[in-house]
Amino acid sequence: MNLKTTLGGEVYHFNNLKEVFAKANEEKSGDRLAGLAAETVQERIAAKTVLSDITLGEIRSHPFLPADEDEVSAIIEGDINEPIYSSMKNWSVAELREYILSNETGDRELKRISKGLNSEMIAAVTKLMSNLDLVHAANKVEILTTCNITIGHKGTLSSRLQPNHPTDNVDGMIASLKDGLSYGIGDALIGINPVDDSVESVKRLLHATHDFIDDWQIPTQNCVLAHVTTQMKAIQQGAPADMIFQSIAGTEAANRSFGISAELIAEANDLAKRHGTGTGPQRMYFETGQGSELSAEAHFGIDQLTLESRNYGFARHYDPYIVNTVVGFIGPEYLYNSKQVIRAGLEDHFMGKMHGIPMGVDICYTNHIKADQNDIEDLGVLLTAAGVNFIIATPMGDDCMLNYQSMSYHDVATLNQTLGKTPAPDFLKWLEKMGVYENGHLGPNAGRISLFS
Amino acid sequence: MDEQLIQTITKLVVEKLQTSENETKQEVPVTLYSREAKGVLTETSEEHKAAGEVTFHQTADQKPPGKKRQRLEPSPERTQEEELVTDLQAKTPARIAVGRAGSRPKTNTWLQFRLDHAAAVDAVYGEVPDELMNKLDLFQVSTRVKDKEEYIRRPDLGRKLSDEGKELIKKRCQSSPAVQIVVSNGLSAKAIEENAEDVYLSLVQSLNNGKVETGTSFYVDKGRVALMDEIGEILQPDVVILLIGERPGLVSAESLSAYLCYKPRIGTIEADRMVVSNIHKGGIPPVEAGAYLGTLIQKILKYEASGVSLVKREG
Repeated sequence: MNLKTTLGGEVYHFNNLKEVFAKANEEKSGDRLAGLAAETVQERIAAKTVLSDITLGEIRSHPFLPADEDEVSAIIEGDINEPIYSSMKNWSVAELREYILSNETGDRELKRISKGLNSEMIAAVTKLMSNLDLVHAANKVEILTTCNITIGHKGTLSSRLQPNHPTDNVDGMIASLKDGLSYGIGDALIGINPVDDSVESVKRLLHATHDFIDDWQIPTQNCVLAHVTTQMKAIQQGAPADMIFQSIAGTEAANRSFGISAELIAEANDLAKRHGTGTGPQRMYFETGQGSELSAEAHFGIDQLTLESRNYGFARHYDPYIVNTVVGFIGPEYLYNSKQVIRAGLEDHFMGKMHGIPMGVDICYTNHIKADQNDIEDLGVLLTAAGVNFIIATPMGDDCMLNYQSMSYHDVATLNQTLGKTPAPDFLKWLEKMGVYENGHLGPNAGRISLFS
Repeated sequence: MDEQLIQTITKLVVEKLQTSENETKQEVPVTLYSREAKGVLTETSEEHKAAGEVTFHQTADQKPPGKKRQRLEPSPERTQEEELVTDLQAKTPARIAVGRAGSRPKTNTWLQFRLDHAAAVDAVYGEVPDELMNKLDLFQVSTRVKDKEEYIRRPDLGRKLSDEGKELIKKRCQSSPAVQIVVSNGLSAKAIEENAEDVYLSLVQSLNNGKVETGTSFYVDKGRVALMDEIGEILQPDVVILLIGERPGLVSAESLSAYLCYKPRIGTIEADRMVVSNIHKGGIPPVEAGAYLGTLIQKILKYEASGVSLVKREG
């Protein structure tokens, strides 16, 4: 395996593949914090150059975190389809990039090679791709999933309605829920982050959303994003949950710091199948985000993009209904400014799609990061063009519980209208019946919260 | 707030919590809502202004003259629909029913949002006044962070005390108390300024009522949550509770979080920490929060576990 290149008369020599991977990343404050980033811009390009000649076989035979030491590695390794992998193992990463971008390669071809790629290979090719490469390639893939309704069709942009409330007050949550529905938000799900992670509180919110969905015959699904163990308890006590949510990470140790394991997620999936209210077949919801492994001090010297890719390798094992990266939430120590958030958003979405999972993005930022609403509107346009399955929306983009900003109800409607997309078909029919949508865009009842009374 | 009132309320809340032992938590009534603290964008009388022109009242510290935000001020001849909208808006601080221009927000709504974001950004940097520390009788130590920029970029340094800080707490704090209380500005000095006193006093009161021993409380400048581990290692308490300023949000730049952990030590996993967040006058009122935290600590002591481990223990 060659780890050396000469650029402009200077020789760049890397100690191992892990270092090549880390230094080939676009600039991220998190890689710098971990002490892994390229020292100069030219060193970064040198690392990309070395990486472009590495073969997929070499990547597989040099694992960063061996399968017998880490269950996430074991799951990713165990899910590889050997004949498909064998057909590509002599490809260089550069050849993989060009295959993905070729006009002869479409949805079917990408889904096929996906089965033979591990998360490190997908991370590697991502490092060689430009932002527009990431948009263009991701847009080739169509991933449909079904919980109660099916989402992910080409030409659609779905959304998660996130009617959070700072004290989990049910009436306040419902008020925000009504507002979101009146803008056509919520076909992916109605999903609440509770302040109080107790079983009682989670049950209350599950019942309230489920009843509302029933009363208004809304073709969607509900979820309360407490810790997986809390949700399981709520379901065991009879609360109606269409899916089960959990934040995940790219190493077993980081997952352990979240209080989860592969076994627990499998148990949750099984419980949702037997006692959940969702039709399925997909019933799991995962959130991810670059930097969480470093934050949990469980990154093993691996760069944050590669670790993020491993999240998707772990996620796909459970055939999830939806997955999203919470891309700007973690803070400036991992993604310093809007440029880094935009890059990470496009990378995460592409890597998710290359794993064959129904990828969404919470396009967001916090108040201590160098970004504002204009920046995430930009990322919204890019991701909609890239065919993102769903994005998250809050009233005016302001989440009054989590204290960060995401896309607004208005933004989802505007992205749909501007880029010629619509909500998911089943949900759109309901919106048209309610007068919220008309001729493919907002209709006469849009924005009328009094519609639901 | 005076101490007697805090005592009364604490007692009330604690009693309430005890009578409903199996209910995990009371639903805290929502206190509504003003975003007045951060200045309010008001439209000046339209007849004198060209369409679309707006005026800022940049009132960081003072209330806007006479008038609240338009939507909060019902006129007598409201339609049924307007009434319903006002009722719904009163139930949440979320920016709901704000109207639209096509699919986009109205100009005034948009500018109000931008103003609130500007205030939140400005709140990230700030210092807690010494008077407050003196009043609560907290001595101050620092972390390994030099300045705010380093604090933002290097969370690892905010998770460790400076050498002087370590020496100072070893010297001044009681060793192995049942409960160690720590206060830190974190990402919002404003959160400490506005809430720390009420939360702290009612927490101490609540613990005293439950006959739980507390150690020597102190303040850490520019701390991070995992700082609890090092403090736990040095002082060996059963429970550490860290009151820390949250990252400022748009509704509130002064929201406080309380992190709790049973026997935090170097290597403690995140899932064993618990957090009660959104403590501010528009979220969980500080005095009630302090009282609730006191009972939560007693539960942690009883089960000798916190976070996910506590959920498991409770069965």
